[in-house]
Amino acid sequence: MNIHEYQAREVFRQHGIPVPPGEVATTPEGAEKIAAELGTGVVVKAQVHAGGRGKAGGVKLAATPGEARAAAEKILGMQIKGLTVTKVLVSPAEEIEHEAYVGAIVDRSNGAVVLMASPEGGIDIEEVAAKTPELIYKESVDPRYGLLSHQASRLAYKLYAGDASRARQASDIIQKLYASMLDAGASLIEINPLITTKSGELKAIDAKMNIDDNELFRRSEIAELRDVEAEAPEEVKARAQGLTYIKLDGNVGCCVNGAGLAMATMDLVKYYGGEPANFLDIGGSSSPEKVVTALQIITSDPAVKSILFNIFGGITRCDDVASGIVEATKEIELSVPITIRLTGTNEDEAVKILEAAGFSAMTEMDEAVQKAVELAKN
Amino acid sequence: MAIYADSNTRVVIQGITGRDGSFHTHHMMEYGTNVVAGVTPGKGGQKFEGKVPVFDTVEEAVRKEGADASVIYVPAAFAASAICEAADSGIELIVCISEGIPVLDMLRAARYVTDRGARLIGPNCPGMISPGKAKLGIIPGQIVEEGPVGVVSRSGTLTYEVVWALTSAGMGQSSCIGIGGDPVIGTDFVDCLDAFEGDPQTEAIVLIGEIGGTDEQNAARHIKEKLSKPVVGFVAGQTAPPGRRMGHAGAIISGSSGTAEEKIAAFRANGVEVAERPVDMPEIVRRALNG
Repeated sequence: MNIHEYQAREVFRQHGIPVPPGEVATTPEGAEKIAAELGTGVVVKAQVHAGGRGKAGGVKLAATPGEARAAAEKILGMQIKGLTVTKVLVSPAEEIEHEAYVGAIVDRSNGAVVLMASPEGGIDIEEVAAKTPELIYKESVDPRYGLLSHQASRLAYKLYAGDASRARQASDIIQKLYASMLDAGASLIEINPLITTKSGELKAIDAKMNIDDNELFRRSEIAELRDVEAEAPEEVKARAQGLTYIKLDGNVGCCVNGAGLAMATMDLVKYYGGEPANFLDIGGSSSPEKVVTALQIITSDPAVKSILFNIFGGITRCDDVASGIVEATKEIELSVPITIRLTGTNEDEAVKILEAAGFSAMTEMDEAVQKAVELAKN
Repeated sequence: MAIYADSNTRVVIQGITGRDGSFHTHHMMEYGTNVVAGVTPGKGGQKFEGKVPVFDTVEEAVRKEGADASVIYVPAAFAASAICEAADSGIELIVCISEGIPVLDMLRAARYVTDRGARLIGPNCPGMISPGKAKLGIIPGQIVEEGPVGVVSRSGTLTYEVVWALTSAGMGQSSCIGIGGDPVIGTDFVDCLDAFEGDPQTEAIVLIGEIGGTDEQNAARHIKEKLSKPVVGFVAGQTAPPGRRMGHAGAIISGSSGTAEEKIAAFRANGVEVAERPVDMPEIVRRALNG
């Protein structure tokens, strides 16, 4: 789960990381009011789950409350990577001497959290990694002991060699950043940039945090930060039913059991000259109700011209899926053709259920995909 | 032969009285797996299906029944602890089927297992099966057949698809291992490749990867450097968009890395043939076996 910058800043603030003041507005008037209260020049920043906000024009400086209003007018409603901006963060414009980067991620190859720091802040860290990898310093955290303070200090003195005041501040911030990560259940956490002000103070200007979805069951205060408005409504609906749905740009709607098989099915659609409309995994124990929801979601996408079911029964029982399809088509008027492939557990029962309702079923994945792609062209 | 588990493996089921645990234990036993004990804290003293003793702790299952492998079906909130308990009790092979374990918990659990010299398969995986010998997990027994092909995969149903295609084409398997779709897992591709390399029954290896991470790239280099047996690869997710989690927590393209393209290129650069479609797999494997 992604959370917004203003929410991540709040987590930082609670952990004692220096963060400038600022508030969120949903209207230009609101932005104007916040700017007036702050009484300084401000920066107005789009709050959206997409990178590259600055390049897209989603971050603007404003010297007066009137300018803040004008900036918010431009940014609110703007599309950034397909997502509509509904909130802006209004925060004092800082006088920046230097921009650094600090962050932490779960490094899967190492099986450890890795802290990273770079004096080249303010830009995409992947760009730094590609162009000047020697300017990224790393410390791997042994999960048995957690982050040791000398590790934070070592990173800090690499960032600010010869400047003990800033190094001490940075060491403290790095330890608090790691604590924030553990407390929020984040799999990625970044301050970019960590600025130095004219007076030599360090401040976290931008805050990014990806929360591990698997943490949400035990962190209700973090789960509440989910901004449902910032997500596609079908994805929200799917999640409520325990399905994973991701909308794509094609016209062949796919409904598959298992994430790997779902991806392989999408790839096969492309292989046969089609374009998948979505990723949809109905999971292991697929009750008929899940199948009904899945079909509702797929058919709500007007681009879908053909629907493909691909089920390999193991835990998933083919007859459950078949019943779900029959059930769903009683509730939903299908205006596009449906191609069903199922094989494995209770396949024969499934075929009987489907045939009794006037559907036919296939057993080979490739044949079914080819047929679904053909049907989408009509 | 087979890898990691066979008919001599003495299996304890953690979470044996739960809905998933009891269902799958039944099927594991039906397959012929030597299930010697179950564990559910608070239910010690019961018998599962009238014959398998249930204990409160793994330590008892090891001491009283000589369990040396464990299969975990407990809910995500308790699964990391279950893994550590198994490792601490002297279990050598821990297969964790549970999905949804927080990654920060898994970092510690995985390290704990390594420190105690145990092997973890998973989590969030279908487990493993050595056809004709033992099934530790949820891979359907009816789709496998004893034979010379070793299968290792990050996926579940996609593995079944490929295994079933192999079986239908008359090519059985030595062992099939699902290593799991999470970012932090125990046994990885390289471990399984080495085990298959050392297994006399295995003559060819099928490796099924997907987007996210660098496990496939590491495997590709390892195959070139260390393996004599032929390996055939497949990578799912060529049409997956960057930055979106494709179901599995580990299946996410971050920035420009972890794409299917990159992985397929790594396999080919290291002399590993890659099947374009799952259906192409049996023919390529047959050539590898005959080559």
